[in-house]
Amino acid sequence: MDSRTPTLDSLKPGVHATIISVDWDALASEEGKRLRALGIDEGAHVGIAHKGVFGGSDPIAITIGRMTIAVRKVHAAAMQVDPA
Amino acid sequence: MSTATTAALVGNPNAGKSALFNALTGARQKIANYPGVTVERKAGKLALPSGESIELIDLPGSYSFDTTSPDEEVTRKVVMGEQEGQAQPDLLVVVLDAANLQQHLVFAQEVIALGRPTIIALNMVDLAERDGLTLDPAALAGALGVPVVSTVAVRRKGLAELTAAIEAAAEQDPAAIDARPSVTLPERRLAARNIAKAATLAESTERRINSGLDRILLHPWLGPPILFLLLFVIFQAVFAWASPFADGLEAGVGAVSDWVSATFAESFFRDLITEGLLAGVGSVVVFLPQIIILFAFILVMEATGYMARAAFVMDRLMASVGLSGRSFIPLLSSFACAIPGIMATRSIADPKDRLTTILIAPLMTCSARLPVYLVIIGAVIPQRQVAPLIGLQGLVMFLLYVAGIVGAVIVAFALRRTVTAGQASGFIMELPRYQMPNLKDLLIGLWQRAWVFLRRAGTIIFAATVVLWLLLSFPRAEIGESQLDASYAGQISAAIHPAFEPIGFNQEMTLALVPAMAAREVAVASLATTYAVESEDEEATEEALREQIAARWSLPTALAFLAWFVFAPQCISTIAVARRETNGWKWPIFMLTYLFVLAYVFAGATYWLAVWAGL
Repeated sequence: MDSRTPTLDSLKPGVHATIISVDWDALASEEGKRLRALGIDEGAHVGIAHKGVFGGSDPIAITIGRMTIAVRKVHAAAMQVDPA
Repeated sequence: MSTATTAALVGNPNAGKSALFNALTGARQKIANYPGVTVERKAGKLALPSGESIELIDLPGSYSFDTTSPDEEVTRKVVMGEQEGQAQPDLLVVVLDAANLQQHLVFAQEVIALGRPTIIALNMVDLAERDGLTLDPAALAGALGVPVVSTVAVRRKGLAELTAAIEAAAEQDPAAIDARPSVTLPERRLAARNIAKAATLAESTERRINSGLDRILLHPWLGPPILFLLLFVIFQAVFAWASPFADGLEAGVGAVSDWVSATFAESFFRDLITEGLLAGVGSVVVFLPQIIILFAFILVMEATGYMARAAFVMDRLMASVGLSGRSFIPLLSSFACAIPGIMATRSIADPKDRLTTILIAPLMTCSARLPVYLVIIGAVIPQRQVAPLIGLQGLVMFLLYVAGIVGAVIVAFALRRTVTAGQASGFIMELPRYQMPNLKDLLIGLWQRAWVFLRRAGTIIFAATVVLWLLLSFPRAEIGESQLDASYAGQISAAIHPAFEPIGFNQEMTLALVPAMAAREVAVASLATTYAVESEDEEATEEALREQIAARWSLPTALAFLAWFVFAPQCISTIAVARRETNGWKWPIFMLTYLFVLAYVFAGATYWLAVWAGL
């Protein structure tokens, strides 16, 4: 894996990107399943809508299609993305 | 002639299934639990155009038959015909969010592939239009090979067409439907994208209302203060708005009591009715307005879609004690009652997370404690303004709620490092689109909650009050002896009173703690009955109770009693639910023990601090 490839958690609100790869081993298996069921998987086009409260960066609201989904930073950090 | 007897609503969470269920079945719903699990089974009667009716069941929202929570597991089992106590539905109605087709079609294909008679309800087409989407239901029906009906459940639109389609499908021979080859998730996802694209006539990416509201409500600095302000308004409203209604109810109870006293000759039964029934049950029923107001706020937050935003805003805070924003919803429901709160924890996937939430749910001040707080605060805290719009009584009330929350935070923090230690839990949650709630749906929800409360008042509270009245009234006191001291109840409380004396409790308070185990609001009924039996005039209204307390209790004693009820050990129903949810006695007993210890220590500390401060 290219370490310079940005992960989803590093993007700013308003930025869109395509998920290139997901480190499923870094996620609990139930959580991985839930993310895939929501369509958050390799190849998905996602956007960052909101990030954290009081200046923190957790949780992150991401958009996929017409849905908005809240995830934790650890989930987003497991996803390598190609900003578009 | 239809042979089908049962239809089930299935679909992703936030597809508007419950609203559709309400629209199709009206207010007459049967809510029970599936055997062995505490997932709610909601069933109602659906009238078909032919005049016949079938049973309609509302299944928990699911993303897939590859399940990740107990909720989803029930949906899978019911649909597959594997759920104990539930016949396999003859007909499946898949509810789709019209504005989320690409996502919702992934699960819909999984359902259709089962080869059961299936209908698609293309729901919330109005919101899709608001978002600039124009859909072609016929194209969708063609691609999926099943009938598609457009609906707007919250506005009661498309229902006649849907019931007609249900009737037509019910007459279908299930054997005539070809089972389709099951396909993998990536294949379904690709197909979903293509089908959604083909069924979309026009699309704009504008979602102004949604993103505009989220820009404010999920703002990193504005979002949390808005949530806290809203919570504060809710608690002030519970106190202020309800009082005219509560006064009216109370006047009604008082009038009935006076009428009974004036009409019937002095007798055992007359006293039982005025001192036992009206003083006891009446003093609890007057809190119905408060409970309805609290539930109204919770239901509106859920129906508008704000509740999920509240979970988002609270996630960070919850994470700091090892929980997630998902726990916020069960915990907020626990402010109304711990029972629906504990049951709502099933949406939490992580078992340790769920157990922790169950254990701290009783620390949220439930509506049963409201009567206790209201009476004691009304009796001992002066009614004055500390700031514009903020009354001292409301402030004390708010502080009691805060004390419960702070207690819960500390307990959760401790539990996550000891008995429920484990990997930090995650937070994955869909934020549904905002929408205007439907008044009728809200009223159905409120009625269901109010009914549960009134049923408790009519059963547990009624029984506890009557038993207590008998224990208080016999044996009769000798001349010069107080009735309370002479009664069986007085003897019982005298026996356990030494244990509570060190924390400032008087004997009537000790007595009230015993029936409060049945239901906490009985503490008020108990005090009312005790003082009604004791006092010369037999007027047993809440007003009279307040005067009695104001005259008899010192401020430290009253504060200690309030502190006790912040942590007060469970009512029996909560223990029963906790036992069922955790599959055993271990955790309910643990919960009971830690709450009792906390209540004792906190009440004692409050009492001695207040005495030391010279209050």
